[in-house]
Amino acid sequence: MKPSLDAYVMLSAALFAIGFLGVLVRRNTLVIFMCLELMLVAATLALVAFSRFNGTEDGDVFVFFILTVAAAEVAVGLAIIVALFRTRQTVQVDQLDSLKH
Amino acid sequence: MEHVAYTFISVFTLACALGVVLSKNAVNGAMCLLLCLAGIAGLFIQLHAYLLAFVLVLVYAGAVVALFLFIIMLLDMQGGQPWRFRGFQTAGGLISAALLIVGLDSIAIHGRTADAPPVAGAVGSSLRLYSYQLFTTYLLPVEVMGFLLLIAMLGVIVLSRRGPGTEGPK
Repeated sequence: MKPSLDAYVMLSAALFAIGFLGVLVRRNTLVIFMCLELMLVAATLALVAFSRFNGTEDGDVFVFFILTVAAAEVAVGLAIIVALFRTRQTVQVDQLDSLKH
Repeated sequence: MEHVAYTFISVFTLACALGVVLSKNAVNGAMCLLLCLAGIAGLFIQLHAYLLAFVLVLVYAGAVVALFLFIIMLLDMQGGQPWRFRGFQTAGGLISAALLIVGLDSIAIHGRTADAPPVAGAVGSSLRLYSYQLFTTYLLPVEVMGFLLLIAMLGVIVLSRRGPGTEGPK
């Protein structure tokens, strides 16, 4: 018996929600970033599943672009985090509140 | 058989994803992310997207997680921050994640996805078709992606230069 499309979509939704939870709950910028990556990967899983069950390759091609954007995003984001750490000596989002007041 | 493999891989992937969120140490989180990505690559293989599974392992596991580990090492966060329970924020996060799951799953269940069988010919597995798509229909996005990568590279170089305004050890 093959797993249905629902199974893949629900798994993707659960992964996305876990990543979302991590973004909301964690305080370490790097961990928040990892959870963002998790959300992106969950979206790619849904795209691949839909693409497979509909017999098109458009979803697969989009996953390719998502991977590219994710790679660029990680590079720039980590550079920003390092620059931030250099000036503030911390990566905890509670202490990065210069824009708050 | 395929269903057993699916169940096993999905439970493994979800457990690793929870490990990313719950682990105190950022290094452990990165390792959990690596395992989670391996599980998703397994799911891609089950969906006959072999090329994407390969690219996922190469780009994410090979480059992105390695970069994360490198930055964690650079910033010396070995101890990690203690996992502090903040009632309001944690409750809000849990509630919104649960709402998200319920909403997306209700779309999945009540939508029209229920009885669609997988199409016989796995299109994603054909490298020739895939690259044909990339170089015909999606030629402009490919070009834009190349430009985006160039901009990202330049941006990272500019950001990581030690400018006159920044403090820190010389």
